[in-house]
Amino acid sequence: MQVSKRVILTFPASLAGTPVTYRLVKDYNLVMNILRAKVIPKDEGRLVLELSGEKKDIEAGLIFLKEKGVSIEALAKDIHLDEESCVHCGFCTAVCFQDALSMNPETWKLEFNREKCVLCEQCVDICPMGAIQIKF
Amino acid sequence: MKSFDEINERIKQGKAVVLTAEEVIPLAKEKGIKEVAEKVDVVTTATFGPMCSSGVFLNFGHSDPPIKMNRVLLNDVPAYAGLAAVDVYLGASALSEKEGAFYGGGHVIEELVAKKRIMLRAMGCKTDCYPLEHIETTITIDTINQAILCNPRNVYQNYAAATNSSQRTLYTYMGSLLPRFGNVAYSTSGQLSPLINDPEYRTIGIGTRIFLGGGTGYIIGEGTQHNPGQLKDQNGVPLGPAGTLCVKGDLKQMSARYLRGARIKGYGVSLFVGIGIPIPILDEAMAEAVTISDERIYTSIYDYGIPRRSRPSYGRINYHQLRSGYIKLDDKTVPTNPVSSYAMAREIAAILKDWISNGDFFLIQPVQQLPKDVLLKPMDQNI
Repeated sequence: MQVSKRVILTFPASLAGTPVTYRLVKDYNLVMNILRAKVIPKDEGRLVLELSGEKKDIEAGLIFLKEKGVSIEALAKDIHLDEESCVHCGFCTAVCFQDALSMNPETWKLEFNREKCVLCEQCVDICPMGAIQIKF
Repeated sequence: MKSFDEINERIKQGKAVVLTAEEVIPLAKEKGIKEVAEKVDVVTTATFGPMCSSGVFLNFGHSDPPIKMNRVLLNDVPAYAGLAAVDVYLGASALSEKEGAFYGGGHVIEELVAKKRIMLRAMGCKTDCYPLEHIETTITIDTINQAILCNPRNVYQNYAAATNSSQRTLYTYMGSLLPRFGNVAYSTSGQLSPLINDPEYRTIGIGTRIFLGGGTGYIIGEGTQHNPGQLKDQNGVPLGPAGTLCVKGDLKQMSARYLRGARIKGYGVSLFVGIGIPIPILDEAMAEAVTISDERIYTSIYDYGIPRRSRPSYGRINYHQLRSGYIKLDDKTVPTNPVSSYAMAREIAAILKDWISNGDFFLIQPVQQLPKDVLLKPMDQNI
């Protein structure tokens, strides 16, 4: 069964030079979408990934990461759009590079496509109504 | 030819034909201007966007002992108190002294309308008739005397679109402008926009009754920075910011759905105001004016990357192109985004249409036309 899972990976400094994600693709046949990455040489690295593939492959891939010393958290964070508060002004669509937030050209109402969202959080401060929030 | 009185008589009899400024466009295409002039009585227009030049006059009633307020805070937002003892003017863009750019006058106005309790703190100057020096209490819109929305500049007749040539993101009242021409932001409701549908101010003038913030209000004059001399195209539409309106209404009848406090990142606080204006179809010239569509309304694109009063222009573009989501700027394809709500403007135009169709709202013939000969001056900086 194909599934997808969003995870936050924290790499110890010692692993910063190791191509760990390559192994996930090559050995575990996983498709990955990097949502966010922060890797500083000689320091801890953080990677937010969406992994898709067979359920058993994802599980095996995550065990591989654990054995390498990578700590794993499930990504429970989500963008929440308060539709009661939204006035469909369009301010947020200016900063959404993924087109996850867009104006419907018929209704001119704001539409949020969660699938496209990479949680960059740019829209959160931009919304004049404070209608977009990060939920944990 | 129809008069205001004849149209009002038809509204009274429940016979008036009322359409929104969007609905009248296909009718004109199908049947022609002449038939629109004959059949349609009123066309409704609307806009819903951030309008910083907005605010409310409040009268709190007198305390015992009385106070002559000279410094007033409402939920920590300062209001102007240089009026009589317990009168103030709270501006939409005034910032909270505690929360800065996250909360301000626009939010207090929205909360007043929503009947929320507001903290009032006032300092006074002690006099024989006003002995109290300090007061702290809470108010709601129902416990005070008047609450009068009075906005010195709303409803711009067209507004320039904005882009950014610089190397960094600019946070402006037109929203975020991304570096290197990353986007173009536009603010007018185009074919629904009130003054674009009456470009010569024939029916919109002093005394016109309007939908204001969910209640009824009135146009009480031209707005500040009214610029009727703006360059016009062959359709008679100004190619940039032109006429403006000063409007007034009783805040106590309004609704928080159509008056929304806003915080605009890197800029400050404002108030989204919903306004709807009816246009009577007096003759064929008015029928022609109200059938204008987005393809025929052009605006200029200004570069906010140059922080000067006169910003360089990147040409003209119509609202049909702006609303398509992308435009060509030189050879680059640039995404566009609105910063005023077309969905809410549509909703307001439809409500005003219902009010008139149901005989709950009558038109007022202006007691005086808006000026057409004033010039917009820059500041005289002379020291």
